[in-house]
Amino acid sequence: MSSSVAVLLEACNVGKSFGGVQALKDVSLTIRANEIYGLIGPNGAGKTTFFNVLTGLYPRDGGEVLFDGRALDLANPYRVAEAGIARTFQNIRLFGSMTALENVMVGRHVRTRAGVFGAILRTPGQRAEEAAVKRRAQELLHYVGIPHRAEALARHLSYGDQRRLEIARALATEPKLLALDEPAAGMNATETAGLRQLIEGLRADGLTVLLIEHDVKLVMGLCDRVAVLDYGEKIAEDVPAVVQKDPKVIEAYLGGSIGG
Amino acid sequence: MNRKILGFVLIGVALLILPHVLTQVGTAWVRIANLAILFIFLSLGLNIVVGMAGLLDLGYVAFYAVGAYLWALLASPHFGLHLPFWIILPLGALLACIAGAVLGAPCLRLRGDYLAIVTLGFGEIVRIFMNNLSTPFNITNGPKGITGIDDVSIGSISFATTDSFFGIPFTGPVKYYYMLLALLLLIIIVNLRLQNSRIGRAWVAIREDEIAAKAAGINTWNVKLLAFAMGASFGGIAGGMFAAMQGFISPESFVLHESIIIVAMVVLGGMGNVWGVIAGALLLSFVPEILRYTVEPVQMALFGRQLVEPEVLRMLLFGAALVLTMRFRPAGIWPESRHRREMSEARGAGA
Repeated sequence: MSSSVAVLLEACNVGKSFGGVQALKDVSLTIRANEIYGLIGPNGAGKTTFFNVLTGLYPRDGGEVLFDGRALDLANPYRVAEAGIARTFQNIRLFGSMTALENVMVGRHVRTRAGVFGAILRTPGQRAEEAAVKRRAQELLHYVGIPHRAEALARHLSYGDQRRLEIARALATEPKLLALDEPAAGMNATETAGLRQLIEGLRADGLTVLLIEHDVKLVMGLCDRVAVLDYGEKIAEDVPAVVQKDPKVIEAYLGGSIGG
Repeated sequence: MNRKILGFVLIGVALLILPHVLTQVGTAWVRIANLAILFIFLSLGLNIVVGMAGLLDLGYVAFYAVGAYLWALLASPHFGLHLPFWIILPLGALLACIAGAVLGAPCLRLRGDYLAIVTLGFGEIVRIFMNNLSTPFNITNGPKGITGIDDVSIGSISFATTDSFFGIPFTGPVKYYYMLLALLLLIIIVNLRLQNSRIGRAWVAIREDEIAAKAAGINTWNVKLLAFAMGASFGGIAGGMFAAMQGFISPESFVLHESIIIVAMVVLGGMGNVWGVIAGALLLSFVPEILRYTVEPVQMALFGRQLVEPEVLRMLLFGAALVLTMRFRPAGIWPESRHRREMSEARGAGA
């Protein structure tokens, strides 16, 4: 197999502990290009910790991450974004008193260059860049389905729209891998169905998606492959149908007694 | 749109006539107006740091001091240097900018209250430094300060003397007024342009949610340092003009109290909104001066004696104004449009 096609992200023995709690124990996993990869596990299994390490928000204790064939610089979150990983947060983190459009425009920061002097002098280059940023942001709002909310403050959007806006902001950084932390949490059935469509559309447009999700139906229906974390360890990694029947997974979710 | 332009023209004309009107009342009032403009410079500079980037800086006066001392050292008999303003002023902005970066670098790992305390410390350090830099080499002349600082002079026009143009007398303070007004226009444009730019958005994003800003690909460290440096450069310009106008500076001009007043101007006026900050600066510059001239006569007329000293009343009103603002207009008298939009939107939703 040609490696450039197959593997997008390879995490090797990633470890992280908080004091005496080992939140991640040598987690290794491989995400292939253009797949939807699910990361599931009981509460406190270390899924979000893995996200935070992967995106540079937490310093890791050990291990390495190869992304797109190169070692990922995990010391600075903006480097991770630059390399092409964008994320959303479990508890939505938007810039509340900026408009939806401005939120997405902030996402363009990492792909644009204009500095202080460009802004003060309004150079032609800066103006062209600014117009392009705005145009792209509008396109992305359209893409995630909330173009009519462009001028609304982010904190006034409905819950589902906030989730969409966060995805639009992440997409603005032109990621290769989009990491979504429980995007369906708190959504009703209609919103979840809409989200599923959106994620499938993203994949169709060539993106790779890493998904933490509690909604088992969504994960099983949407993901190509799934990894299961329990107490910071990866206990399974396979296609959903296989993972579902894995006794270790069942034990982790339902407790030890069920196997007997 | 036309009404907007008309409004600007009217304000412009009023601002151009203002010093001549004030001269009729008393030259002191022109000086007060000039100081008010300086405070607008300072609060617009601090607005970048506190209002946009959300970094509470309580040592901002340090950069004012840097600008003032640079002017004093390069244009006074102290070292016998007499450089022209168009060299010193940009140099002062640059040096303050560098000072902002140097002071900002170690502080910016901290957040919120901790940042406020450390910057407060740095502000004091700079003042004490100026106070003690008279031995072994006499650089700042210590607490005695530097006297005989040159006035600005453009070509053959010195700002120290009165000239007549078209039969209208232009005193020194009036000339400074026009120069400050021109600089103010420049600074407002810079501020507005920064606000609606890639960097300005990054500042606000950091203020709103630093972790999300990092994840969205902003190099928060650099961008915050940039806010510090840009804000500081405004302070440097204000400091230089202050030194030239006063002709004398000493470390006493750059105490913590000044920093706090500037923060109050930004907060009271409306953090993040250029016009609100200007309103805040004007209010807190003029009201105390008006009180200074009116409190005593009013009390004499009413009670026959002075019950409350103007200085005491000033602090009382100052405190009351802040408390009332926080109670009734927590985002400031004239908040950032983002906030304003939010409030009108909330009202619309409630109706």
